[in-house]
Amino acid sequence: MATVATKTGIFRRPSAKTGLWSWITTVDHKRIGILYGYTAFAFFLAGGIEAFLIRLQLATPEGKVLDADLYNQMFTTHGVTMIFLVVMPMGAAFFNYLLPLMIGARDVAFPRLNALSYWVFLFGGLFLYSSWFLGGAPDGGWFGYAPLSTLGPDVLPGENRMDFYAIGLQILGIASIVASVNFIVTIINMRAPGMKLLRMPVFVWMTLVVNFLLLFAMPIIAVALFMMSFDRNFGTNFFNAASGGDPILWQHLFWLFGHPEVYILILPAMGIVSEVLPTFSKKPLFGYSAVVFSGIAIGFMGWGVWAHHMFTVGLGSVANQAFAVSTMFIAVPTGVKIFNWMATLVRGSIRLNTPMLFSIGFVAMFVIGGLSGVTHSIVPHDTQQQDTYYIVAHFHYVLFGGAIFGLFSGIYYWFPKAFGRMMNDRLGKLHFWLMFIGFNVTFGPFHILGLKGMPRRYYTYQADKGWNLWNMVATVGVFIIMASILVFMANWWISRRRGRRASADPWDGRTLEWTIPSPPPEYNFLEVPRVHHRDDFWHQKYSQDAKGRPVPVPVGAAPEHEADHDAGHNIHLPSPSYFPLIAAAGLPIMGYSLMYKWWVPLAIGLVVLLAGFYGWILEPAAEEEH
Amino acid sequence: MEELVEPSMQQPEHPGDHATYTGLDNVKLAMWAFLGSECLFFGSFITAYLLYRNRTADGPKPSEIYDIPFTSVSSFVLLMSSLTMVLALAAIQRGDHRKLRAWIMATALLGTTFIAGQIYEFTTFVKEGLTLKTSAFGTSFFVLTGFHGTHVAIGILMLLSLIALSSLGRLQQADAKKVEMVGLYWHFVDIVWVVIFTVIYLIP
Repeated sequence: MATVATKTGIFRRPSAKTGLWSWITTVDHKRIGILYGYTAFAFFLAGGIEAFLIRLQLATPEGKVLDADLYNQMFTTHGVTMIFLVVMPMGAAFFNYLLPLMIGARDVAFPRLNALSYWVFLFGGLFLYSSWFLGGAPDGGWFGYAPLSTLGPDVLPGENRMDFYAIGLQILGIASIVASVNFIVTIINMRAPGMKLLRMPVFVWMTLVVNFLLLFAMPIIAVALFMMSFDRNFGTNFFNAASGGDPILWQHLFWLFGHPEVYILILPAMGIVSEVLPTFSKKPLFGYSAVVFSGIAIGFMGWGVWAHHMFTVGLGSVANQAFAVSTMFIAVPTGVKIFNWMATLVRGSIRLNTPMLFSIGFVAMFVIGGLSGVTHSIVPHDTQQQDTYYIVAHFHYVLFGGAIFGLFSGIYYWFPKAFGRMMNDRLGKLHFWLMFIGFNVTFGPFHILGLKGMPRRYYTYQADKGWNLWNMVATVGVFIIMASILVFMANWWISRRRGRRASADPWDGRTLEWTIPSPPPEYNFLEVPRVHHRDDFWHQKYSQDAKGRPVPVPVGAAPEHEADHDAGHNIHLPSPSYFPLIAAAGLPIMGYSLMYKWWVPLAIGLVVLLAGFYGWILEPAAEEEH
Repeated sequence: MEELVEPSMQQPEHPGDHATYTGLDNVKLAMWAFLGSECLFFGSFITAYLLYRNRTADGPKPSEIYDIPFTSVSSFVLLMSSLTMVLALAAIQRGDHRKLRAWIMATALLGTTFIAGQIYEFTTFVKEGLTLKTSAFGTSFFVLTGFHGTHVAIGILMLLSLIALSSLGRLQQADAKKVEMVGLYWHFVDIVWVVIFTVIYLIP
C-alpha cells in the first residue's frame, strides 16, 4: 500500500490505506457511511437496552426494576438515543454511502467536511452518554419542556443532567448542519452528466428534501437549546415566568424544529422503500413524479403543523382549528405515496427477498401509524389521547414500524454492494418475521392501553387499573424483538465472513450503484457515467415489448460492468486528513467546560477547534502524487 | 459554538476543480446554504425579542434605555465595513496584494470599532440597571445582540486570517474566492444587523 507521506505544516499527511489510522483519517464517503452505520447500530443496542428496562419495569404493576428517578433518565435517554443517535445517523449512513454512487459522482462535494460531520456526531453521542457516569442522564424527556428542564445548577446544585441534553444536542446539531450543507451541494452540483433532477432516484430526492429540512430546522433547535443552557447556567429569563419569560416559547421553538424532524426521520426510509419496491417487482416506480412531488410537499407542509403537538396547551380555538386542518392535509401527500407504492406492486413479478419483506412491512406498519396520526389531528379526540400510550403507539408505528423497518430494508438491499457478499436470506426472513411479530405484539397493545387511559412517562401503575394484561403482552413482545435483533447480528457476522459472493448487480437493480463492482472501488466510477434515462441502468439492460413488458437486451449489447481492479490508479482522489477529527475534538472539551464552568479548559477546547480549522485551511485537499 | 463551523474556512475540496453540474461553484453554494440556515438562527432570536420587548418586569423599558444616535453611528461604521470588504475583493481580483491587505485591515478595524461600540453600549445598559437577568426583555436583547456580536468577532478572526495568509504569500490572485467567501459571510452579518437595528431600535 502507499507509503508516501508528504509534509504539510506541522503534521505529516496521513497516508495509510488499511488499518485503524486509515479509518480515523478517512475522507472516503463510503467508509464514513460505514462508520455512521456501525456507530448508529451501537447506539441502537444501547437505546434498545433502555427500552427493555422500561418494559421490564412496566411488565407488572408496582414494578421494582427501576425507581422513578432512574425511569425518568431511561425514557429520556431512550427517546434522545433513538431519534438523534440511531434513526438520524442511520439515515446519514445511507446518504453517505449511496448518494455519490446514485448520482454518478466519485465523492461528496466536501469530503473533509463529511469526516467532520461524522466525528462531531460521534463525540456528541459519547458526550450525551457520558452523563450516565457523571451524575445521571438527562431526565426531562426528549422534548425537554421548560420550566422542568430549566431548573439548573443555579437552583439544584450539581444538577447537570439537562445540560448534557442541551449541550449534547447542540453538538449533534452542528454535525447535522454541516452534513446538510454538504449533501445539498453534492446533489445539486455533483450529478453525472445527464442526471437531470427528474431523473434522480427517489432516494436521492428524499435525501435532498431531508437535508433542506435539516438545514432550516437545526438552527431553530440550536436557538432553543442556547436559551435553555443560558436559563440554566446564567440566570436568563427566556422561560422564567417570574421575570416575564414564557415557557410556551420553548414548546413553539421545539416543535417548530420537532415536526420537520419527524419527516427528517421518515423520508430516508421512504426513499429506500421507493428503490426496493420497484426492483423486487421488476417494474418502474408507479407515479415517479407524484412520489417526488409529494415528498417535496411534505417538506414544505411539515413546517405548518407544529402546534398539533400543543392542542392541550390552550392556544385558542382558531389556532387549534388551523393546525388541525393543516395536519389533516399533510396526510394527503403521504397517502399519495402509499398508493403509489401499492400500485408499483400491482402486476409486478414480485420476489419476496428480505429487503422486499421489510419494505412491504414498512408500508403496512406505516399505514397504521399514519392513520392513528390522523386521529390526533381531531382536536377533541387528541385532547383525550394527549400523554397516553395511544400517542406512544402512534409514534412507534411510524418510527419503528416505519423508519426502522425501512432502514433494515436498505441494509439488506445494499449490504451486497457495500461488502461484496450476500446476506443470508433465510436468516433475513427469520429476522423479518420475528421483528414483525415482536413489533406488533409490543406496540399494538399500546393503542388499547392508551384508550384505557394509561398515561405516558409514569414509572409505575396500580394493579386495579385494568392495564396488567396488555402491559405483560407488550413486554413479551420486547423479547421477540430482541431475538430478531440477535438473528440480525448473527446474520451480519456470518454473511460478512462466509456470505455468497455478490455480483455487481445481484438484485437486477435499476440505479447507477449497481453498474460498478461490489464492493465499489475507492474511486467509485472508472469513467463518470452519462445518464440518458430515469432508471438508466434498467434501460441499459432491458427494452420493452409492445405491451410494455421488459425484454432483456441481447447479450453483448448490454454494457460490461465488471471493472478491472487495477485500473483507476491515476484517478485523483482527496487525501486523508487528521484535521476533521482534531476540530471535532474541540467541541466536547468546550461542552464539558461550559457545563462545569471551567474557563481554562474552555479556552483549550476553542484552541483545539481553531487549530483543527487552521490546519485544514493550510492543507491542500489532495496531495500531489509522487 | 455553532457559528465556529464555518464553511467559508474551506478551500475548494475537489482536486482540479471539476466543472459542476449547474456551473455554480461548490463552495459558494455551500456558503449560501449555510447563510440560509443562519437566517433561521437569527430569525428565532428576533422572534423571541419581539415577544419579550414589552416584558420589562421592574427593569428599564426599551424606550428609556436605547441611545439611538449612538447606535446609528456604530451601525454606519458596520455598513461602511461592507464597502471596504468589496474594495478588498476588487483588489485581489486585480492581483493588488498590498491594497488587499489594506482594505481587509480597514474592514477588520471597522468591525472592531463596532464591537467596541457594542461593549460600551452593554456596559452603559448594565450601569443603568438592565442586565441579562433583569427581565425577559433584557435577556432577549443581550442574547440576540450578543450572538450578532459573536458573529462579527468570528468574521474579524477570518479577516485577520486572510491578512496572515496573504502576508505569507499563500493567498494568490487565483484564491480570490476565499476572500469572496469571507466577504459573503461579512455582508450577511451586516445585513442581519440592518434587520436587528430596524426591528429593535427603530420600531417604537
